[in-house]
Amino acid sequence: MTSTTEAPSGLSGGLGPRRRVGDRVFTALTTGAGLLVLALIVAIGVFLLTKAIPAVRKDSTSFFTTKLWQPDNTPPVFGIAALVFGTLLSSVIALVVAGPIAIGIALYISDYAPRRLAAPIGYLVDLLAAVPSVVYGLWGLLFLAPHSDKFQQFLSDHLGFIPLFDLGKNGVVGRSVLIASLVLAIMILPIVAAISREIFLQVPAANREAALALGATKLEMIRLAVLPYSRSGVVGALMLGLGRALGETIAVALVLSLAPTTSFHIIDANIGGNTIAANIASQYQAAEPLGQRALIASGLVLFVITFAVNGLARYVVSRSSRRGIA
Amino acid sequence: MSKRIVAEDVNAYYGSAQAIAGVSLAIEPKSVTALIGPSGCGKSTFLRTLNRLHEVIPGARVEGKVLLDSEDLYGPGIDAVAVRRTIGMVFQRPNPFPTMSIRDNVASGLRLNGIKNKQVLDEAVERSLRGANLWNEVKDRLGKPGAGLSGGQQQRLCIARAIAVEPQVLLMDEPCSALDPISTLAIEDLMTELKERFTIVIVTHNMQQAARVSDRTGFFSLEATGEPGRLIEIDTTEKIFSNPSEKRTEDYITGRFG
Repeated sequence: MTSTTEAPSGLSGGLGPRRRVGDRVFTALTTGAGLLVLALIVAIGVFLLTKAIPAVRKDSTSFFTTKLWQPDNTPPVFGIAALVFGTLLSSVIALVVAGPIAIGIALYISDYAPRRLAAPIGYLVDLLAAVPSVVYGLWGLLFLAPHSDKFQQFLSDHLGFIPLFDLGKNGVVGRSVLIASLVLAIMILPIVAAISREIFLQVPAANREAALALGATKLEMIRLAVLPYSRSGVVGALMLGLGRALGETIAVALVLSLAPTTSFHIIDANIGGNTIAANIASQYQAAEPLGQRALIASGLVLFVITFAVNGLARYVVSRSSRRGIA
Repeated sequence: MSKRIVAEDVNAYYGSAQAIAGVSLAIEPKSVTALIGPSGCGKSTFLRTLNRLHEVIPGARVEGKVLLDSEDLYGPGIDAVAVRRTIGMVFQRPNPFPTMSIRDNVASGLRLNGIKNKQVLDEAVERSLRGANLWNEVKDRLGKPGAGLSGGQQQRLCIARAIAVEPQVLLMDEPCSALDPISTLAIEDLMTELKERFTIVIVTHNMQQAARVSDRTGFFSLEATGEPGRLIEIDTTEKIFSNPSEKRTEDYITGRFG
């Protein structure tokens, strides 16, 4: 009401034509940016399909069920099964390891840490999230792998009855799928933690106080007010982390070198567990034209997996929030 | 189910800033005590010292004594969580737990106290919703989310949630300021019923409301911006609104300041 005082004539003066031009230009710009996303998705999809389909046709076996990846053989053999398995296995392990810790870090910063500590820790988490993945990969290769033999041996000795930690007869500990997964976990930890922290901080004080005023302890307040309110956001954060783990290339390629298999023996260094992305990165330059096409086909599969994971997450979130909020 | 509160020389701080200074007053059981005063005078802060909610804000602290009957809420060995289970609170904006059903919202305080028996919970839910004059409106949709109710209904849901644990005292921090006049009337009527069972302290900006619902009224004010708020006087509502002892109270009541 008070801001219109400088335009005494009211209607004619308030909305000058100049402002409308600005509005229209900005509308066009934002619309363009929005459409660009669609165009990009379509362009990537079309590119992958046109390159991939001819390659898959030349495959002498079945693309989806074969575990072997040797496109330069005669006849060419390339199957995606083991790569998909390796990708999903390492990413899921990474998420299972990193998720709870990341949520713990986020809750510590949002609700437990003294104010003097919360800000620097939050800053460190953001910093970690910005470290390039090749650094994580090198760290995993040169530090984590050589220093975790005892840990892996321990897992095999004491938890070997669980198939995951079964070293088998000829198994050796070393640069295993577990190490690659742990590197991935450490890599996605700061992303999930940083986003979750932002979400926890957005829970209105009124919700927290509602719980506290009822006589909730801190833990009960988090269960009553913080977690339900932020559930969908945290699932989104986990999915972003999973997405990064699924698509991670260089960190996995540095740690793992063997051809992929579909084994659950994640601490055996003789078991390869290469992922789709790492496989593309390590083989593309040296591959024959057909091999390159085959790698693009595997990229298409990764594209679809990522879409499916995101879609599934959205479905889970929308279902739970519909049950919850309205 | 209702106890007397005596505050003795209560001071509250946000970090180094003092919000209220030297507040001493008595709140009688089974009555409504209204706290009025201009913005920033510390009346809400004082209310939040009564259930030890002030101290959950980082850097906030309280000095002085708050006696519930004869027990000092700030005494050694007193658990703030236990205090909040005995003293219920209703806030300015309705704040039902957004993801919970109406039933679960009302039962949440009882669940915190470890009550799991479904029949006990169901009875308490019905009793509390009836007590908050909400039962007839929601009895057919107890499983629906509390956030789907209107603002006035949500506030009555919050009152039901607060009284479900049968608190000794019910604190209300401007409970009607976000509500329309009809919902406000419903809450005011409810307060008159609730004071048969509970000690009620209400902070309000609305002097007519204080005059309508309260038995006693305390007037808070501050010397200047940045100064801590102080209790100027507390007396029967009739006296405060007709013949206050302090000139400043009269100025505020008659609208000459604030």
